[in-house]
Amino acid sequence: MDSVMLARSLFGSSMAFHIIFATLGVGLPFMIVMAEIVYQIKKDRDYAIMAKRWTKCQAILLGVGIPSGTMVGVMLSLLWPGFMEIVGQVIALPFQIEIWAFLLEALFMSIYVYAADRLPPALRIASVTFVALGASASAVLITDAHAWMNTPQGFRLENGKVVDIDPWAAVFNPSLPTTATHVLVSAYVLGAFAVVSVAAAKLLGRKRPERERQYHRKGLVLSLAIGGVMSLLTALNGHETAQMLHHYQPEKLAAAEGLFETQAFAPLAIGGFTDKESRTIRGAIEIPWALSFLAGNRFDTVVKGLNDFPVEEWPPLFVHTLFNLMVGIGSLLILVSIGSLVFRFVKKKEFPRWLLGGLICTGPLALIGIETGWIFSCTGRQPWTIYHIQSTASAATQSENLGILFVLFIGLFVFMLVVTALVLRYHFRRHPVTPEMLEAG
Amino acid sequence: MHDSTIAISILWGFLFIYSIMGSIDFGAGFWSMVFSKKNPQAASLANRFLSPSWEVTNVFLVLLVVALVGFFPRAAYLLGTLLLVPVSLVLVLLLFRSSFMVYAYSVQRKVRSLRLVSGITGVLIPGLLVSVLPITLGGFIHSEGGYPQLRYAELLASPSLYAYLGFGIATELFLSALFLSDFSRQAGDESTYRHYRTLAVYAGPLAMLLAVVATFTMNEEARWMVNRMREQGGWFMLSAAAFLAGYVSLWIKRKGRLGWPRLAFIFVVIQFALASYAYGKAHMPYIVYPYLTVDEGITNHPMFISLLWGYAVGTVILLPVFVLFWWLFLKDKRYLQAE
Repeated sequence: MDSVMLARSLFGSSMAFHIIFATLGVGLPFMIVMAEIVYQIKKDRDYAIMAKRWTKCQAILLGVGIPSGTMVGVMLSLLWPGFMEIVGQVIALPFQIEIWAFLLEALFMSIYVYAADRLPPALRIASVTFVALGASASAVLITDAHAWMNTPQGFRLENGKVVDIDPWAAVFNPSLPTTATHVLVSAYVLGAFAVVSVAAAKLLGRKRPERERQYHRKGLVLSLAIGGVMSLLTALNGHETAQMLHHYQPEKLAAAEGLFETQAFAPLAIGGFTDKESRTIRGAIEIPWALSFLAGNRFDTVVKGLNDFPVEEWPPLFVHTLFNLMVGIGSLLILVSIGSLVFRFVKKKEFPRWLLGGLICTGPLALIGIETGWIFSCTGRQPWTIYHIQSTASAATQSENLGILFVLFIGLFVFMLVVTALVLRYHFRRHPVTPEMLEAG
Repeated sequence: MHDSTIAISILWGFLFIYSIMGSIDFGAGFWSMVFSKKNPQAASLANRFLSPSWEVTNVFLVLLVVALVGFFPRAAYLLGTLLLVPVSLVLVLLLFRSSFMVYAYSVQRKVRSLRLVSGITGVLIPGLLVSVLPITLGGFIHSEGGYPQLRYAELLASPSLYAYLGFGIATELFLSALFLSDFSRQAGDESTYRHYRTLAVYAGPLAMLLAVVATFTMNEEARWMVNRMREQGGWFMLSAAAFLAGYVSLWIKRKGRLGWPRLAFIFVVIQFALASYAYGKAHMPYIVYPYLTVDEGITNHPMFISLLWGYAVGTVILLPVFVLFWWLFLKDKRYLQAE
């Protein structure tokens, strides 16, 4: 591998690792706030216990998420010095404001965890709301930098020098609203389905007392409802995101859909593989006219194909598969959550075991959806780091020694994932929910 | 004033705040490891400070990096290229340190080995961060084909590196011991107070000694810096005086109790402020000698103004939260004296 490829691999795997913790770190606080609110409405202690246990889980995840976030933040400067030089001059604001959001989250997290018993209930709910708010704001602000990479504005590049800088124009770049919403609601999807998975697994266990099953059933229903709403919102917003791509990054949309010929009445290709040599897509199910409709709300919308762009500016064609995975998982989650709730409340039946078995998979699936979404968005922008302005090669570091670092970090990430999983498992085994419920009366 | 002067002053402010907070944070982690068996009360006191505060301290590290990139994007370029390996090492240590500390809170088994990992990795981080300083003095950088590269062999063979490393660790231990003695006095725990006071009494002179040693070892690679530091002799003298005043405060008898740790800590913070101001002044105008000055590294004017607004508004909004935080975890007796 050359050093650019190594820099990409190192940064990509660090991000993939951090995204797990970062996304859960946005999704879980939202769930905690929801549980606290339901507790206040229903006055049912079980929801307070949920909030407490999820907070413990969040605290453990933060132990990894905070340093890994620090890591990718610093790595940006280490691995992409050329990129950061432009970032510093044009889009430094969201990074800076994010620090305040991050501080808000950190301060109130400690207040919520270590001072809850000394606070009046209103301030307790306020503090956890600020945690969720800080986490969500951080996500929006960091996504802003990502959105700006896709739709850069607020400056011009003249002979390699950055001129005509308007920092706020860079912040409010055209793809910010759709992209930030997408990241946010999909993080809530993950938070919800992570809970769905755990609750379903607990309900599958045969030996649990009925009181404990009640607790998990409440958690399952709450998270299914939130997960269903959020995944529906993600899909609606995903549609807007596709239209944004059609408008601003047509080659990315073309690669996502495996479309080579520019055409009106373009078909939507699901599955299959794009073949660079023959410039066709093979083995895909094509829905006539659908892509044109998605891109412009009209069947005669002309969608640009890859043939209109020079081959050296094509994104890698495997992004089609990533895109399919993301959309497929998102759609599946909508169906599963709505289906399960209909089963429970319209047909008034218990969750059957086969359904619980399926529900266990939703959390990991949601995570895969988020990972593939990020990889799609970043790989689909290649060969550019800043779309049509800075190539990835000129953004990367000139340093050597990347190979050793890459191996070291991969080992580290695997180790951390295993240890964190063990710690979570150990902690919640030692602190089962039943005694906590008895204690609460 | 020039944009670059204001920007480097703000950056210096963040660096100063983080050097104090970070030293206390990593030092407290180290003490909690050392005393987990021999003096559980001292260890639990350190943890009582650490558990709510480590996240906040960590944010200040990120703040430092973000402020550097924001105000001095070209410095980010140069430092990023030069410091790839040492900073990556710090990041790995940081990941181990924070996660294992949280694991130790959550798992009742094997607490000691988890603490061992977080304590040892933690104690090394400030040392490594401080050892970035000799690199910015330019002695180990060589331009190859237009790209400055760090000569690791030279760096590793240099006594200067180890002097800075030792200085970083000694100050960390001194500051944290001093802070924890004040914290235990606040908590009304006199025996723990005496324990940390003794540690501060030993670590203080050691830190001062290593500071002097670090300065003299620079003679070889960075004579320019030593000369410049001599010009700032007055400030360094004041700083030494503040250290003495702080050190003496540990022997003042007050209300029948030995030492006035709050006063000592304030004096030592003043000492660090004076010394780091003088060091920074001697370093000016170079960010990395002689490759980059603050004027070459500074960002454009519109961005600079927006950043200033951002920092001002953010500080004003968060100030009440900081006060609340301080009251809950550093003042409220119900927290300090909880069993």
